[in-house]
Amino acid sequence: MLTKRKSASASRARLSGLAAGLASGVLDRRSFLRRSGLAAGGVAAIGSLSLGAVRKAEAGPVVAGVKSEIKKNVCTHCSVGCSVVAEVQNGVWVGQEPAFDSPINRGSHCAKGASVRELVHGDRRLKYPMKLVNGEWTRIGWDQALNEIGDKMNEIRAKSGADSVYWLGSAKFSNEGAYLFRKLGAFWGTNSIDHQARICHSTTVAGVANTWGYGAQTNSYNDIRNAKTIVFMGSNAAEAHPVSLQHVLSGKEMNRANMFVLDPRFTRTAAHATEFVRIRSGTDIAVIWGMMWHIFKNGWEDKEFIAQRVAGMDLVRAEVEKWNPEETERVTGIPGEQLKRVAETFAKERPSTFIWCMGGTQHTVGTANVRAYCNLLLATGNVGVFGGGANIFRGHCNVQGATDMGLDITSLPLYYGLVEGAWKHWARVWEVEYDFLQARFDDVPAKSGRPARSRKENMELPGIPSTRWFDATSFNPDDVDQRDALKAMMIFGHGGNTVPRMPDMIKALEQLELLVVADPHPTTFAAISGRKNGTYLLPICTQFETDGSRTASNRSIQWGEKVVNPIFESKDDYEVIYRLATKLGFADKMFKNIKVENNRPVPEDILREINRGGWSTGYSGQSPERLKAHVRHRDKFDLVTLRAPADVPEVGGDYYGLPWPCWGKPELRHPGTHTLYNTNLHVKDGGGTFRARFGTVYEDKKADGTSTTYNLLAEGSYSKGSELTDGYPEFTFGILKKLGWDKDLTEEEVATITKIGGANPDTVGWAIDLSGGIIRVCLDHGVLPYGNAKARATAWNLPDPVPVHREPIYTPRTDLVAKYPTRPDGRQFRMMNAGFSVQKAAVEKGIAKDFPIILTSGRLVEYEGGGEETRSNKWLAELQQDMFVEINTADAASRGIADGGWVWVHGPENKSKAKVKALVTDRVGKGVAFMPFHFAGWYQGVDQRGNYPKGTDPIVLGESVNTVTTYGYDPVTGMHEGKVTLCQIQAA
Amino acid sequence: MARVKFLCDADRCIECNACVTACKNEHEVPWGINRRRVVTINDGKPGERSVSMACMHCTDAPCAAVCPVSCFYTTADAVVLHSKDLCIGCGYCFYACPFGAPQYPKVGNFGSRGKMDKCTYCAGGPEEDFSTVEFEKYGRNRLAEGKLPLCAEMCSTKSLLAGDGEMIATIYKERVMKRGYGSGAWGWKTAYKETVAI
Repeated sequence: MLTKRKSASASRARLSGLAAGLASGVLDRRSFLRRSGLAAGGVAAIGSLSLGAVRKAEAGPVVAGVKSEIKKNVCTHCSVGCSVVAEVQNGVWVGQEPAFDSPINRGSHCAKGASVRELVHGDRRLKYPMKLVNGEWTRIGWDQALNEIGDKMNEIRAKSGADSVYWLGSAKFSNEGAYLFRKLGAFWGTNSIDHQARICHSTTVAGVANTWGYGAQTNSYNDIRNAKTIVFMGSNAAEAHPVSLQHVLSGKEMNRANMFVLDPRFTRTAAHATEFVRIRSGTDIAVIWGMMWHIFKNGWEDKEFIAQRVAGMDLVRAEVEKWNPEETERVTGIPGEQLKRVAETFAKERPSTFIWCMGGTQHTVGTANVRAYCNLLLATGNVGVFGGGANIFRGHCNVQGATDMGLDITSLPLYYGLVEGAWKHWARVWEVEYDFLQARFDDVPAKSGRPARSRKENMELPGIPSTRWFDATSFNPDDVDQRDALKAMMIFGHGGNTVPRMPDMIKALEQLELLVVADPHPTTFAAISGRKNGTYLLPICTQFETDGSRTASNRSIQWGEKVVNPIFESKDDYEVIYRLATKLGFADKMFKNIKVENNRPVPEDILREINRGGWSTGYSGQSPERLKAHVRHRDKFDLVTLRAPADVPEVGGDYYGLPWPCWGKPELRHPGTHTLYNTNLHVKDGGGTFRARFGTVYEDKKADGTSTTYNLLAEGSYSKGSELTDGYPEFTFGILKKLGWDKDLTEEEVATITKIGGANPDTVGWAIDLSGGIIRVCLDHGVLPYGNAKARATAWNLPDPVPVHREPIYTPRTDLVAKYPTRPDGRQFRMMNAGFSVQKAAVEKGIAKDFPIILTSGRLVEYEGGGEETRSNKWLAELQQDMFVEINTADAASRGIADGGWVWVHGPENKSKAKVKALVTDRVGKGVAFMPFHFAGWYQGVDQRGNYPKGTDPIVLGESVNTVTTYGYDPVTGMHEGKVTLCQIQAA
Repeated sequence: MARVKFLCDADRCIECNACVTACKNEHEVPWGINRRRVVTINDGKPGERSVSMACMHCTDAPCAAVCPVSCFYTTADAVVLHSKDLCIGCGYCFYACPFGAPQYPKVGNFGSRGKMDKCTYCAGGPEEDFSTVEFEKYGRNRLAEGKLPLCAEMCSTKSLLAGDGEMIATIYKERVMKRGYGSGAWGWKTAYKETVAI
């Protein structure tokens, strides 16, 4: 049984399983190859010849007497940021050594990190550009590919407008690649540019940024070593972020810390917890309010912290009062006493940290969930302290950086948004005319009763989220709020099986005029539909075959060195973006300040441009020189504080990887910020306050005509050494003048500010001051350029200012829908979000009776994301050969399902179904099923191996969970509902 | 002389399989052969524990005791190695081993076994150190390079420890003292006929 997660079958399991697997579509195709040179009779069985690309491992062994070079890069899988040390001989990666000097992973890896060398052997990589000609994959050259793609794009642009081309980027880009891709979207003239953050932590970014300023992990993996109480909610870090458990378990052991796991599933993380709390999927807000009910009732909240640093907690308190233990248990299923214990521990045994992942974010209430978590932290005073904080574990190696770089339908790089001021700021950084950028956008005629939009309005309107590109393709163009429906998808480094409603997606794929997949692997996009033409595959190398920086979840930025040259005909993102921009005719403008060598923009130069524009988020101090010095001196940084001693050359006093914000110019030598909003430190030591992003006061007008005014600035709280000892707004040149601090600016700085401000230099803010002068002066006075505000317990600009529990769209608890309905239908992101109608119809049709089992999804340690890359890695593929569904023993017994047997999982939409193996386990509760989301290549029982270009099919294929997942979108970010739907399971 | 051992701290092991792929990566172990694997008991239930298992390089190795061709030998560092030139693939050692360490490549269609393969503690085999023939038969020789087994060096949570027995017993002891509990050092007593005194 290679559904592997079964205990009893210990030692013989793998081998007998391999034999059992022979009938399962993978191994019956395999032939045994004699590994030449292995005289003693070892045999390699990697794949079948008919599948192509089976060869003797050519890399290794290390040849004695040949000079070995050591290259340092960063693992390309999750967001922990483990250093990878590669041993290279004659341009071949022959060995991988532990990176003991890295304070993040100290030599450790998980299964994925320990096998990254296989990625550049590339057995199953896409080897050259390919094109689909009447349904046949055909090899073409790079020039032909880019010419044809560019011509088609221009044709679509002329016919349907720039918004008809969708740019789907990647969390696997380096920062420099992500930034270039965002810039490419801006120069092309659309805001429909997105990446994996949409489907992993977009709701986190929105929820957290709306609470206290920046949408990122506040502390770090290492800092969890300081925690006394650790709560995981919707996070299975033992599988998704294995090396983080090194810090978690060490901290747990050293501090004898409490470790709670709140999850619908008894995960491998839960197996190491001091207590596991089983919740019903999709009831996070009720759980948190249920905890806070005990906290408020018993006075366990941090009253001083709330008074000084939190606004609007009274409104939260009013909502929390509804969640007494009886109601909480009725909705969430958690026994009252257990939740009280968790609440008491969290409030009293501090510092407490709260960790969440996609179990919290991938919901129709994702943003509200995140806001509830933040409120729990704020109420207990656990933000801005070592050992506390919102430790949000991001998912991909550079999803934090790609988010920062603005691969986002709502923002330009570094969270400047899409407002006129943002465009003008970047136009100044790029040294192009604002009018040129505006002219690149479509104007949109009035249609279906909606008003027309000018180019300027369209330029400032968010694009279409990646969760719904297929709706924007297949909907009637009148229902899509732009000139025309989508006609082309430019997909760089993004899986095709990662978003629910795949049957709908496949229909849209077949309607596209142009599909471009630029990736090391063909991905599901290439194989799943019945497209015959207009499809291009561009081989992109991995980050091990190029250089650049990537931002780990804790905001530390690490420079990765090229290990080997791009293999086969693959190219790096930089070159492909440059050549595409050249073809589209704006490369000269786009690369005006970036050096290009042999068609390849130099990543160091791209980073310097990011530094020149990235003031808002403190991406300004991390010059390539400083980042490279950090790699050289990795061993000098402390394991817990991440700080290097002051006397170390080059990096003395810095935090590892200069975690953003790293204020001002590189010459200022700001050390970076290990813990956000930490008032116990001077801003020059990485201290901070909550960000003043939402004005100074808020007047909350109620329906009855009364109103309450909230002071949004901090009261009596300030960072260490601050010359201002109370709250203050964000800085502008005008405020500097009022304080008399403008005298500290140099003449050149004033000249730059005056030039930017034109007639109104006083309005020039710290974030658009290209001289960095305002920030520099602020630091000298010990204040934060972004102000000193309160965190907002109530976020008045969100649909639910105080989070309220709302039942999932497909809920088994239809009795609760009337009291806790999902939000009303509404137009968001250029399309209708009809969640309410879908929920209503589901209840009326009695879906919950026919589909009684909650279906949730998640990660396996061996695979990542859509899984194409990891399922193509023979060392990983061997460990997990079958897609499966975890089904509770009672549910299996009542359906006559045997462990290891084939079952059909039926979804409630589109008559969808998936054929997978059953893993009968009590890991999931009764009435709950779990499927991993890494599989693709089978669709509704049909093996699609033949659809991949020859030799590029992943070793392991399987059904995608998203074939059976369903409708549901967060109103704030367009996040899909990935964690709660309903299904029925029957033996196949 | 050091007496090298493995110790898996089952309170730390999260079944991430890094040890398994690190081994594959280091020695280019073919599909179907697992010199190291992670075993989980009580999977999905309270009390779930995982432990990483490979050859434990026993003090009095049962595999060596039953081998009809005496292909096993113990190095000065107490690593149990074998000669693939002598091995006849009989499978006796598999039955004798309490840890399921010996592996056999399938060489024909009727279940016939090839030469036994197992964890070498990254110490190569009887051939000359760093030779190509040594790599092809046994994998890389890290011990001769002054390094420890890669599985332990890359362990995600520092659960799997390798090195001089005294030293890793001390590390484990300190860890158990600090956290106040321990699940026992898996396999230690079976392999080394002694307990880690705490």
